[in-house]
Amino acid sequence: MNGSEQAVAVRDLSVRRGGREVVHGVTFELAAGRITGLIGPSGGGKTTLMRTLVGVQRHVRGEASVLGRAPGSAALRRRVGYGTQSLAAYEDLTVRENLEYFASLTGARRRQVDDLLARMDLRTAADQLIRSLSGGQRSRASLATALLGEPELLVLDEPTVGLDPVLRERLWGLFRELAGSGATLLVSSHVMDEAARCDEVLLVRDGHLVAQATPAELTRRTGTDDLDQAFLRLVGGRS
Amino acid sequence: MNGTRATALRVLRQLRHDPRTVGLLLGVPAALMTILRFVYDHDRPGFTRAGPALMVIFPLVTMFLVSSIALLRERTTGTLERLLTTPLSRVALLAGYALAFTLLAFLQAAVVTGLSLGALGLSLAGSTALVVALAAAVALLGLGLGLLASAFAHSEFQVVQFFPAAILPQLLLCGLLVPRPRMVGVLHFVSDLLPMSYAVDGIRHLAAERGAAAAAVGDLAIVLAFALGATLLGALTLRRRTD
Repeated sequence: MNGSEQAVAVRDLSVRRGGREVVHGVTFELAAGRITGLIGPSGGGKTTLMRTLVGVQRHVRGEASVLGRAPGSAALRRRVGYGTQSLAAYEDLTVRENLEYFASLTGARRRQVDDLLARMDLRTAADQLIRSLSGGQRSRASLATALLGEPELLVLDEPTVGLDPVLRERLWGLFRELAGSGATLLVSSHVMDEAARCDEVLLVRDGHLVAQATPAELTRRTGTDDLDQAFLRLVGGRS
Repeated sequence: MNGTRATALRVLRQLRHDPRTVGLLLGVPAALMTILRFVYDHDRPGFTRAGPALMVIFPLVTMFLVSSIALLRERTTGTLERLLTTPLSRVALLAGYALAFTLLAFLQAAVVTGLSLGALGLSLAGSTALVVALAAAVALLGLGLGLLASAFAHSEFQVVQFFPAAILPQLLLCGLLVPRPRMVGVLHFVSDLLPMSYAVDGIRHLAAERGAAAAAVGDLAIVLAFALGATLLGALTLRRRTD
């Protein structure tokens, strides 16, 4: 990170999608080595924001800098990992074959494939076709491809959706470990209890940034000790 | 280069998990060629005229269908978006597909050519190597056209509708049914613009004339140029940034 503190800096960012503006002049910075939750109701622009940061979104206005460069620039593609919301894995390949393919594209070591299979609890399913897996197994396989190659910035779109509490716990442990080794994580979710696990939360609603704060600040600011209530107050207060 | 090899390997692995498709790709042309032979049972010159043309028509048809659906899936399932955030370049991605499909085309051509020249009694005056090269060039053409078709379709249902639109006119005008010089002026002119015509011209040269290798190589070059053009045009539709 060359000592720079901001992994991501976004200023006055607007995005048009399908002929209308879906992100309206958003400004924020993400500190390096921290986990930031991108929290808000479905359809609020979370995925669009994430797509912008990984450089696959069209019709973007405003400034955005990712690890000191323009989003999506060639030099970033080895340094940024993107976990899509939809399944980004080939259904007619096995879990291991999917991981091996993405490993060779990102230059990850082969050992990491085995390591991730174990950590994602996919070892017994490693040689099964994605097609034949359960929904939770599929999304873990897809997520694993984003973690290959030790990226400095991880942009993960709803990575824990549909996972049981044990796996969810384990994944957050993994995220925490990655942040501990210096990676920056942006993790989206539409459930508030995930926010409590983040260092900081970006609360997004209808394409506006409603709040950027630590979970503790959020509950204090809204005068409750419950994040769900804080969420409802902040999100409800604007409608 | 690494990305190309990895992608080709990945595409071949996908095919390996789908033996039925591979069986159809290799078996159906052979079966059709056999049927054609018996359709022309009392007209051997007819088989000698139509048979070789089919050797280059099969790879176009199969590669168009396989690649249009494979690339449409890449676009619609989210794997393409994911790939475009990795260091893999679009050229390397397409080169990987081209490599895998050319291998498949070689295999298909080997089966059809082997059967036709062996059991079915077809004979070629020209070199078998050029026949296989022509089949591979046509396969690449199928990949390019399939890539283009995948850009204009939103579902697998739509993309197969491009088959009658993009491939059948070429089949009618390529000289399989009526020799191109005998077509009315306008149709002859249109057939001059279609790549399939040159593939069929090329194989006819190889089938009929001894020492026509130069003419066949010219046709092969034209087919390759069309294939490259279609693939480059298709590459422009693989946008990194999308809505």
